[in-house]
Amino acid sequence: MEQEERRDKMVERGTFRVKKGLAEMQKGGVIMDVTTPEQAKIAQEAGAVAVMALERVPADIRAVGGVARMADPEIIEKIMEEVTIPVMAKVRIGHFVEAQILESLGVDYIDESEVLTPADELYHIDKDRFTVPFVCGARDLGEALRRIGEGAAMVRTKGEPGTGNVVEAVSHMRLIMAQIRKVSNMREEELTAEAKSLGASLELIKEVKKLGRLPVVNFAAGGIATPADAALMMQLGSDGVFVGSGIFKSRDPEKRARAIVEATLNYDDPQVLSRVSRGLGDAMTGIDIATLDEKERMQVRGW
Amino acid sequence: MKVGVLNIQGAVSEHIDILEKCGAEGVPVKKKGDLAGIEGLIIPGGESTTIGRLIREFQLDREIIEFHKKDKPIWGTCAGLVLIAREIEGESPHLGLMDIRVRRNAFGRQKESFEGELFIHGLGEEPFTGVFIRAPYVTRTGPEVEILSSFQGKVVGVRERNLLATSFHPELTEDLRFHKFFLKMVGEESSPKVC
Repeated sequence: MEQEERRDKMVERGTFRVKKGLAEMQKGGVIMDVTTPEQAKIAQEAGAVAVMALERVPADIRAVGGVARMADPEIIEKIMEEVTIPVMAKVRIGHFVEAQILESLGVDYIDESEVLTPADELYHIDKDRFTVPFVCGARDLGEALRRIGEGAAMVRTKGEPGTGNVVEAVSHMRLIMAQIRKVSNMREEELTAEAKSLGASLELIKEVKKLGRLPVVNFAAGGIATPADAALMMQLGSDGVFVGSGIFKSRDPEKRARAIVEATLNYDDPQVLSRVSRGLGDAMTGIDIATLDEKERMQVRGW
Repeated sequence: MKVGVLNIQGAVSEHIDILEKCGAEGVPVKKKGDLAGIEGLIIPGGESTTIGRLIREFQLDREIIEFHKKDKPIWGTCAGLVLIAREIEGESPHLGLMDIRVRRNAFGRQKESFEGELFIHGLGEEPFTGVFIRAPYVTRTGPEVEILSSFQGKVVGVRERNLLATSFHPELTEDLRFHKFFLKMVGEESSPKVC
C-alpha cells in the first residue's frame, strides 16, 4: 500500500513520448484553423481532431500585411472553453516568450509558424525546455530533422500558406519522402556524409534509416483547400492534414469541413472521394504561386 | 490469431506493430464487413468525438455492437475507453457497451499529460509504464466490472467479461504484457470451451 502511494506521486510530465504521443493520437485526422468559438464548434462537429486558434487565417494575414503575431490570449481562451478537442496556437519563429505565454494558457500544442512574421532570423525556439509539445514546418528532410533536434514533437510541410494552392505542399512532401527513401537504402558509412549534406544530426539520420520514416508524426499543411487535396497529401504519405484558410474562406465551411474529414479518412477510395466532393460550393479563390514575389512567400521564413 | 484495430483515426499502426511483436496478426478495420474473420478488436486512442461521429456515419457502430454480442473481446485504449463506456459525463455515449461512467480529459490538458508507474492486477509485480495523454478516467463501475488498475485513487484500467478498457496507452511502450493479456482473452474465447 505504502509502495503504491509512493509510486502514485512519481509522475513525469512533458516527456518526449507524451509530447509526440498526442500527435500520434491525431493521425489520420484533420486540424482546422479557426478564429472564433463558433468556428471551433463547427470544426469539432465536423470531426476535426484539433483546432488551431488564430486571430486571422493565413489568407487574411496575407491580405492585411504588416507584422503578424501570436493571437490575443482572450481569443485563444474563448476557443479553449468552447471545445473538448485539443487546441493549438501559433507563435512567431524564435519567439520563446510568446511560447511561454501560450504554455501558461494551457494550449495543447504550439505551432512555431512561418505564417507569422519571424521574431528571430537566426534561431528557432529551444523546444525541449517546454512541457507543451511543438509542431514545426519543414520543406525537406534536413529542416524536419533540425526542428526535431530542437525538440519538435510533430512536423508538417510548410507548403505555401493562405494560397489555397496545394502545389508547394506536394513538392515538400514528395521531397521529404524521397529523402527518407534514400536514407533508408544507404549503407552505414554513407550516413555521416548525408547528415552533413542535409544539415541534420547523424543520430537522427540513423533513426530515420532504422524506422524508414520520420521519428515523429508528419502532417501536410499549406494550401490544402479541397477533399481531393487532402486525399492527395495522404496518398503521398502524410499522417494527416492541416487546413488553414481552406475551410472558413469557402462558401459552405460546414459542408466542406465534413467533406475534408471524410476524404482524409478514405483517401484511397475514389468512390467516397467523388461523393464527398459534390456540391460543396466555391472553394477559396486561391493564388498562383508564380505570381508571388520572393518576399511574399511565407515558406522561406525559418531554415 | 487475427485481431482487428479500428482504423478511423489515431494510434492504429502502434497497436498493429505490438500485436505483430506478440505473434498475432493486426488487421485494420475501417469499412463495413472488415470485421469478418476477426477474433478480437482494439479501439485505439485518438479523438473520441471524431471517431464516434465517423463510426456512426460509416455504420460501423452497429457492426461493433453485433461483434460484442457474439462475445468477441474488445479493448479500448484512451479514446477507445470513452467509446465503449455506457455513460460519458456531459455527453451522450457512443457504443455504450461497458457498464462504466467516464470523465473525458479528466487529468487535464496536454501540459498535465504524464507517465507514471502502474500496478496492474494480472500482470505480475513488475510495474507497467502508463502513458496518459489528455486521458480519461472511470468515475463509476458497474457490479460486474473488475478494477485492474488505479492511479492517484482514480480508476484507469477495467475489465467486464470480454471488455477491456484502459485510460493509458500500452501501445506507446515497449512492454508487450498488456497486449498479451488481451490476446489471452481472445484466445480463450475463440478456442472451444472444456466442460
